[in-house]
Amino acid sequence: MSEEDKLYKIWVYLQAEPLFWITLTLGAFIIGDYFYKKSKLNPLVNPVAISILIVSSVLLVLDVSYDRYFDGAKFIHFMLGPATVSLAIPIYEKKKLIFKEIKPILFSLLLGIPFAMLITFYLASFFNLNEEIILTMIPRNVTAPIAMGIAELIGGIPSLTAIITIITGIVGASLGTFALNLFRIKDMSARGFGFGLASHGIGTARAMSKNKTAGVFAALAMGLSGIATSIIVLLIIKIIF
Amino acid sequence: MLRSLFLIFFFQLIGEAIQKFFEINIPGPVIGLALLLLTFIFLRKPSSPYQKIKKEISETSHKIINYLSLLFVPIGVGVVMHINFLGDNLFKILAVIVIGTLATLVFTAFIMEKIINLEKKNVRRR
Repeated sequence: MSEEDKLYKIWVYLQAEPLFWITLTLGAFIIGDYFYKKSKLNPLVNPVAISILIVSSVLLVLDVSYDRYFDGAKFIHFMLGPATVSLAIPIYEKKKLIFKEIKPILFSLLLGIPFAMLITFYLASFFNLNEEIILTMIPRNVTAPIAMGIAELIGGIPSLTAIITIITGIVGASLGTFALNLFRIKDMSARGFGFGLASHGIGTARAMSKNKTAGVFAALAMGLSGIATSIIVLLIIKIIF
Repeated sequence: MLRSLFLIFFFQLIGEAIQKFFEINIPGPVIGLALLLLTFIFLRKPSSPYQKIKKEISETSHKIINYLSLLFVPIGVGVVMHINFLGDNLFKILAVIVIGTLATLVFTAFIMEKIINLEKKNVRRR
């Protein structure tokens, strides 16, 4: 057997193993995180976006299907659940601040949630997107599993909702800081709450990496907006359609 | 580490079970988050075993949260690999996402900061 054949055989064996894809994902993230830290946490150098680009390029170049990749990556994906549960701890540690700001929290939640759905509706109508796509997009600002459930409930396409939701998260995480600075919003709890409500977990991860208070309010907003959206979405749909 | 990891998984498991049992569309992990938060709030006994396990859980949680960004990579790769699902509407959808997300973010943060500042003024007047 020639050297080349041997290498090819090793590759065929390795790429069928979850280990290869877990290692690739971790390696890509280490590179992404390195650049993020090196840029002094510049939001445009978003570590999630960089890692996604690296991994996707490798998959496209090597012509590997997403299913094969996810067979390994699912072990990393799996930790999202426990990580979500873990967010209880930073929230608990800031409980005094949260109780103190309970009024602003509830007001901005009750105004922010309808705003998120209505602006998606009006923008999508403005761009002449059809009703099915609009319904698919309506729940895009809440965490993906809730968003997919809502899409199914209101007649959208859940798998598309998942894609749109993740893009929403990355857009919020990488551009949100500039928008907030442009409008001179300085309060860390308000900034964090905006991140969590508008761009769920990925926005929360960005806020967490930058400022503890912002991170906690983002986590809080993510949880509360997910719950609030699933409660009032049908009412909003009735009003707009 | 092992005990705290067990408890975090356990709270998620309870959350998933509640979600399935009552057929609510709030994900299991979010219910688990709420339950763990309530447990922490109500378990205030100063006795050392409770405090020890609480400390352990919070150390493990912070370690996991440090890598929160990493956990979105697998699903994000899925987005890139399936972006053609959005078809001809891709650019319109991207425009709605960018404008809509930033508007929502600024609107929410703006309202919240306004109310916080109003409250601060009221406190000072009193």
